Amino acid sequence: MRKLAEWQLALPLALAFASIFLAPLLMLVGVSFFNDDKISQPGFGQWAKFLGDPFSYKVIADTMLLGLKTVCATIVIGYPLALIYLDASPRLQKVLIFIIVMPLLLSVVVRTFAWIVVLGREGVVNTILLQLGIISEPLRLLQTELGLVISLTQIEMPLMLLPLISVMSRLDPNLRDASSALGASRWRTLFKVIVPLSMPGLVAGCLLVFASSTTAFISQTVIGGVRLIYLPLLIWQQSLVVFNWPFAAVVSLTLLVSVLTVVSALSYLGRRTGGYVHG
Amino acid sequence: MGRRRSFADLSYALVIGSLAALALLIIVAPVVIVLTTSFTEGRSLKFPPTGFSLQWYEALFDPSKSRQIHRAVQNSLEVAAWSTGFGILFGSMASLGIARNRHRLARIADGLFLSPLVLPGLTFGLAALMYFTLIGFRPSLNLIIAGHMIVTVPFILRTTSASLSQLDPALNDSSQSLGASWFYTLRRVTLPLIAPGIFAGAFLAFMASIDNVPVSLFLSTARTDMLPIRMWGMMESTLDPRIAAVSGVLIAAAFLLMLVMEWTVGLTRRMRD
Repeated sequence: MRKLAEWQLALPLALAFASIFLAPLLMLVGVSFFNDDKISQPGFGQWAKFLGDPFSYKVIADTMLLGLKTVCATIVIGYPLALIYLDASPRLQKVLIFIIVMPLLLSVVVRTFAWIVVLGREGVVNTILLQLGIISEPLRLLQTELGLVISLTQIEMPLMLLPLISVMSRLDPNLRDASSALGASRWRTLFKVIVPLSMPGLVAGCLLVFASSTTAFISQTVIGGVRLIYLPLLIWQQSLVVFNWPFAAVVSLTLLVSVLTVVSALSYLGRRTGGYVHG
Repeated sequence: MGRRRSFADLSYALVIGSLAALALLIIVAPVVIVLTTSFTEGRSLKFPPTGFSLQWYEALFDPSKSRQIHRAVQNSLEVAAWSTGFGILFGSMASLGIARNRHRLARIADGLFLSPLVLPGLTFGLAALMYFTLIGFRPSLNLIIAGHMIVTVPFILRTTSASLSQLDPALNDSSQSLGASWFYTLRRVTLPLIAPGIFAGAFLAFMASIDNVPVSLFLSTARTDMLPIRMWGMMESTLDPRIAAVSGVLIAAAFLLMLVMEWTVGLTRRMRD
């Protein structure tokens, strides 16, 4: 029997991707160029409607800002945790990595639900604040952007921590020792040595957190409610409630383009800074 | 100079330490709180719970009261099993075929196969709904399986390709120079060595399928209900306390799975690398 050319092993998956991934995406682009929800009159009507409405730009901006806020929050508390991990004993490291990875195996819906219990009117935060006498009325935390950002920070945290830790554990410990032996404070060592060298992990984490939080439909609708409108909610409303598929196609292509734009801008920045460090 | 240095070190320990503690608190506390509230005696999910009872677990496991949830769990498990199965087959074949191929087309295909990881899932979910509907398919579990296979196969490809790249090419060469056929080498040398990689990827793919929202949201219907979508429904209108019990079960399952995977394939080590 003659040996099969090795690359042909990829054919079944390539066929599957062509027929149930590329073809649907092409069709999505096609559907967006129809004026009516019966998909019978081709035209640019839906694009004109979406791009001519100031409300659309507000929703796009809100969605991107939500992603950026979540990214910032995960960096501010996630990066210190990664630093602690770096200094921990191997035993403690095992425990920490277990705590960090486990939420990843837990359904996003469960993690979202947890925050309803924490942030609700009768939730933990309100109970504690009321009993301490700091507030007299329960705070409204659900259906606010603050509550949503706090929740997404926990929900997306593993996506930031895993790439960070993976890059940081490969850093040469001698570099840090050298920096402190030469008289740099720990802060200086952090910002001049550790942060620049962990840049690839940081950028990878930012990309994942951004892409995931901007499209986190369940968390956005359940914790944000219907008054905070982001692109995913708009897609769902237009496609499954109003059944205006061409408009839904326009919105989902907008989501795709805006997420990919920010993601590629971030990874370009990451490569630039990475080049600066190694160069 | 010495005093300033120690002040800086102290402030460093204080700031970094408290931020990291906050991170740990935010990661762990909600999970613990949900577990605790799921055993409440009360009719609402307030914290601290008003007493200990298993009432919501009893309601959840009752086959007549929670038939819809059971159906959704069954569907989710079935879809995850089939989509992971196809993913293992197609994904490991593709990996063997092109992971070590430097040709430009092979790199493009590799990028295409991994792209569902960065593409917003909702965009693909909506595209799949339109595509399947417009070419005349009726909604069914098979369509959901196909959609899940596309978005979960990248996990299998990634870990399998990583295992392949660590494989010493000399092993292959020596097996073949000793007269073993290509297939025999695959079966007796390559596959046993990359099996842990395939297994770890399959596990991640299975979990991703169980947890998938964007594809199921668009492709599932009342008859083909999926667990995350059903849970979303339980949270959206009036908060159904049984969801705390569902969460409790899923937390326990995630914990056990994590331990098993750690012992068998060293999951955390694989995820860090």
